[in-house]
Amino acid sequence: MKYILMMNNMTLGPAYAGVTGWQPRDVEAHIAYLKGLTNELRESGELVSTEGLSLPDEARLVRAGKDGAPITDGVFPESKEFLAGYWIVDVENAGRAYAIGARASAAPGPGGEPLNMAIEVRRVVSDS
Amino acid sequence: MSGTMDQLLRDAAPQVLGAVIRRYHDFAAAEDAVQEALLAAAVQWPREGQPENPRAWLIQVAGRRMTDHVRSQVARRRREEAAAMEAELLAPPVDAERNVDEDDTLVLLFMCCHPSLTTASAIALTLRAVGGLATAEIASAFLVPESTMAQRISRAKTTIKSSGVPFRLPDAEERAQRLRAVLHVLYLIFNEGYVASGGEKLQRIELSSEAVRLARAVHKLLPDNGEVAGLLALMLLTDSRRAARSGPDGELIPLDKQDRVLWDRAEIAEGTELLKAALSKGSVGSYQLQAAIAAVHAEADRVEDTDWPQILALYELLKRMSDNPMVTLNHAIATAMVRGPAAGLDLLRPLDSDARLAGHHRLAAVRAHLLEMAGDREGAVQQFQLAAERTTSLPERNYLLMQAARLR
Repeated sequence: MKYILMMNNMTLGPAYAGVTGWQPRDVEAHIAYLKGLTNELRESGELVSTEGLSLPDEARLVRAGKDGAPITDGVFPESKEFLAGYWIVDVENAGRAYAIGARASAAPGPGGEPLNMAIEVRRVVSDS
Repeated sequence: MSGTMDQLLRDAAPQVLGAVIRRYHDFAAAEDAVQEALLAAAVQWPREGQPENPRAWLIQVAGRRMTDHVRSQVARRRREEAAAMEAELLAPPVDAERNVDEDDTLVLLFMCCHPSLTTASAIALTLRAVGGLATAEIASAFLVPESTMAQRISRAKTTIKSSGVPFRLPDAEERAQRLRAVLHVLYLIFNEGYVASGGEKLQRIELSSEAVRLARAVHKLLPDNGEVAGLLALMLLTDSRRAARSGPDGELIPLDKQDRVLWDRAEIAEGTELLKAALSKGSVGSYQLQAAIAAVHAEADRVEDTDWPQILALYELLKRMSDNPMVTLNHAIATAMVRGPAAGLDLLRPLDSDARLAGHHRLAAVRAHLLEMAGDREGAVQQFQLAAERTTSLPERNYLLMQAARLR
């Protein structure tokens, strides 16, 4: 069963939003933790794919205009929720997907304290 | 590579692997060596011609790889090369093939479907070690990256190694239970392929054909086992509807709307024959019953000719045999067809409190159909929508949304 684990990181509040203001060693620890998790999933044969997204500073909402040409809106620097990155995993059951989600959630923040950010876990539908 | 050579290589794979394991007593390394030998054959044979004794050729090439492996292991441990030499000296000549070759397929299946493995690992390992498929092919069949599948297979092999399973058939008392696990894995491989038979995926290996091939091999080894025959019959009878069960855009066509002219008569005949022979031997198991139900459907040239009372009787037997909510669900459909929708809906009620099925889309979908039969359009729409929200298959979701829209 495939699941997507989405780091909608801003549901955790202001701590993470200020990632650019973190101490370098905290940023380092945070990145190392998530990289370690990804490697573990790769080694367990469960990782399908993973990507991190750029910070939403340049995110735009795009709609097609009457002639089909893109109309863009934004930036919305005040948004509280945005997708920071995701993992797609192929696991035995939902419980395992939640366990991985909890691991991601506990990534360290400022001072090495676990962020306990919300990770949205959704089952992937198959085209078959 | 031509289809026949591919077939020949894959048929030979478990027997070659069995021979190499017997000689070198290292399942994990032997499995890699056999994969390399299969690859070498696929490259060399079309160019240089097929060897006279393909199996002996494969055993020899895999054996050479094993010797290299043993040598490098020995070197790593800074020991003498003597052990590698010894392995070679002690090895029986290649053509000393005993009749155990065919049993090896079974021993390998028991090994790959070992209870210490997760289902996903057992499936992957079975397809590689017994099915002779390359990791990339298995990965693409399950839509995961090759590296993920490689890792899964390698971990499965480590698990088997550390569990210390000996390379021989399990004891008689354990065998029945372990055979059930093997049949279950083959059944899951079949189902995976059956639901995923979309037109645009032609380049993907046909998992259902692979499951049929493996079930045939097991049936050949255990011709008197009714459940093995039952499973093979069930696969053939189900597979016979393949061409009819989806439309040009991959949309789902349910059994009662299928164009039965498209059903594969040869598969139906073979499945029915197998089933008849199995049933005549007594001791009816659940695969035989499921095959029997599929056979009753196959007998009806038009949907209105379906012998529902017989299907209902078979589901009643099946229900007595296993506590499976999916069986209850199908039993409810058969009941509705024979005794009316109200009787079927009554049978669905207890399933709402069955944790295994309570949130499952199938329960809502069946309830929707029965409500529609009962003339409750509004209730049916609601249940079709619920089912559409719960399914994880896109074609199924589209189908369920269409049903809701049709009644609205």
